[in-house]
Amino acid sequence: MQLIKKGEFVSDSFATVEDDAELPEGSIIVSLERWQAERDSLSERNTPLGVRLKSGQEPSVIADDLDKFAVVALEFPAYRNGRAYSYARLLRERYGYKGEIRAVGNVLRDQFQYMIRVGFDALEVADNITPDIYKRAVGTFTHAYQPGADGSVSVFSLRHR
Amino acid sequence: MYRYDEFDHELVHERVAQFRDQVGRRLKGELTEDEFKPLRLMNGLYLQLHAYMLRVAIPYGTLSSRQLHKLAEIGRVYDKGYGHFTTRQNLQFNWPKLKDVPDLLADLATVEMHAIQTSGNCIRNVTSDQYAGVAQDEIEDPRIISEVIRQWSTFHPEFSYLPRKFKIAVCATPDDRAAIRVHDIGIQVVRNASGEVGYEIYVGGGLGRTPMIGKKLNDFVPKADILAYLESVMRVYNMHGRRDNMYKARIKILVHEIGAEEMRRQVDAEFAEVKKAGHLELPMAELERIQAYFAAPEYETLPEVSPEFEAAKKADKDFANWVRANTAPHRVPGYAIVNISLKPNGGTPGDCSSDQMDVVADAAEKYSLGEIRVTHEQNLTLANVKQSDLHALYQMLEANGLGTSNIGLITDQIACPGLDYCALANARSIPIAQQISERFQDLERQHHIGELKINTSGCINACGHHHVGHIGILGVDKKGVEYYQVTLGGAADQQTAVGDIVGPAFTEGEIVDAIETIVETYIDLRKDGERFIDTYRRVGVDPFKETLYATH
Repeated sequence: MQLIKKGEFVSDSFATVEDDAELPEGSIIVSLERWQAERDSLSERNTPLGVRLKSGQEPSVIADDLDKFAVVALEFPAYRNGRAYSYARLLRERYGYKGEIRAVGNVLRDQFQYMIRVGFDALEVADNITPDIYKRAVGTFTHAYQPGADGSVSVFSLRHR
Repeated sequence: MYRYDEFDHELVHERVAQFRDQVGRRLKGELTEDEFKPLRLMNGLYLQLHAYMLRVAIPYGTLSSRQLHKLAEIGRVYDKGYGHFTTRQNLQFNWPKLKDVPDLLADLATVEMHAIQTSGNCIRNVTSDQYAGVAQDEIEDPRIISEVIRQWSTFHPEFSYLPRKFKIAVCATPDDRAAIRVHDIGIQVVRNASGEVGYEIYVGGGLGRTPMIGKKLNDFVPKADILAYLESVMRVYNMHGRRDNMYKARIKILVHEIGAEEMRRQVDAEFAEVKKAGHLELPMAELERIQAYFAAPEYETLPEVSPEFEAAKKADKDFANWVRANTAPHRVPGYAIVNISLKPNGGTPGDCSSDQMDVVADAAEKYSLGEIRVTHEQNLTLANVKQSDLHALYQMLEANGLGTSNIGLITDQIACPGLDYCALANARSIPIAQQISERFQDLERQHHIGELKINTSGCINACGHHHVGHIGILGVDKKGVEYYQVTLGGAADQQTAVGDIVGPAFTEGEIVDAIETIVETYIDLRKDGERFIDTYRRVGVDPFKETLYATH
């Protein structure tokens, strides 16, 4: 797995921690369940914290806690499960979340551009993805008919500028 | 009709390039068939029993002569010289080769056509009324909002991996010719008490294994809010629709499981938030830009009655029959709406040869402002024909096997491709439709029977819309033998109903006799002016059961 953040291939500074594992030092991403069970001790840590939502765990459950999280990771259990596209948009547009939204799980190159348009800014991708493949994938379509959570303007509006 | 601007062109060309790359990866073995499947499905490419099938989008069923000529050419170059018009107003080519598909799509793009979202779990090609713009009782041309929806739903980043496919239909007259109540979202264009035009919204209709009639979720969505409302319905569905079982994944199941009230509550809550954010308000300048493409053409001032037309009807009985069955009143005096039947005696419903496509395209060019519509009942419509041109048009069509006078009659059947083509089918559909068409070929008899819709599906996925046929036929497989189950009383119009199963299924040898028995029973029972469906609604299933099964 590799991490692409805002278009750059970077090393992941966050450790994703299993629910039964001991918490390491440094930046960590925990499950929603662990956050809910250990929120007080997790809040007291002085290192960046992330939370990971499974498909079915809607962002409304963390809406009031968003200022605690440097990362919200949204799981794609299968490429065809598109729930997290809506979650990302809600995080950006409804809850005004400004931190990192990371796509994890079954994340295919043919989906990168849609993910970015709905508000993901970090993608955990397969090892065979090269910077060239990434660049082509996110540049597939120059414009979109819909306004994007990434700030892109819809064709409907562009026509009348 | 709508013409692409530079943005529309760019998106379609970029899509062709993207798909060329995907096909290239598949042919080089970089993608397995499993990985390629969702990618090709997003572009209307199915793997059928014998070959790939490509489904071309015809947005809300509207085509120009130039586009139809191009489809004819594609049929000759990449297929076996024909195409098949579908119940979703699209066109399918049954025999393209995978390596040719990128070139085929590039050819389509030269006439502003594509195969985008004609399959896959995304928002499919929006469908509408084939009489758009010319129906007498229309509130506003439904193609305007249909085109807005076409654009908004194309490559929607949030709604391209839905639980299941999603179909939207629009209708703007009290008579529903677009079957909006059996769509995931049905939109009825309405005018409110203060004279504003807006949209009444039905959600959760559908056919398939679990037929459901759409529930009305909103009486009036203002124009500027329509995309916000649609987005709200889609988001509720995307987040809450079931993904554990593909047979329970359509929005109709969600609406059924949580109830229409709860669905309305969730959609309204979402709608309030989306409206508050504001950025999905449809710019009025954009609506006006699109509306201008559908402005009424310059009609000639013609007399209400054309003397040469009246004379031709008297002189040519076949023509008079064709006029009676295949034409409909136009909102402008002296004009008519013409329906071209793709249901010739013994033919495959919806099939059209490349030569016939050229004939229809030429006929449209000559007599109907160069525009053609495809109907969800698998026929074609020329919407703007002068009455004085009808006879010449009829002769042109008749000379090319397109003069069948059976619109709305018993042989104007809907049938899915069935086991002759489809990988999902349990039984053949086309041969059944062909046998029925041969049995009832006598036109006098067809007119005597009157309006009657027979719909046939080759499996429970119901692509042949059997649930909403006045008479529905469903092919089933029992231990390797094809049987046909009959339903009665279905309808897809403003009184949408799912048909009642009449009793045990019939064999292929029995089914046509059974249909004849049903028809004869109706004729014995009908009162003055009653159509089959009227009689059925009055008497119910019992009299038909008696005559059908008493003889067995």
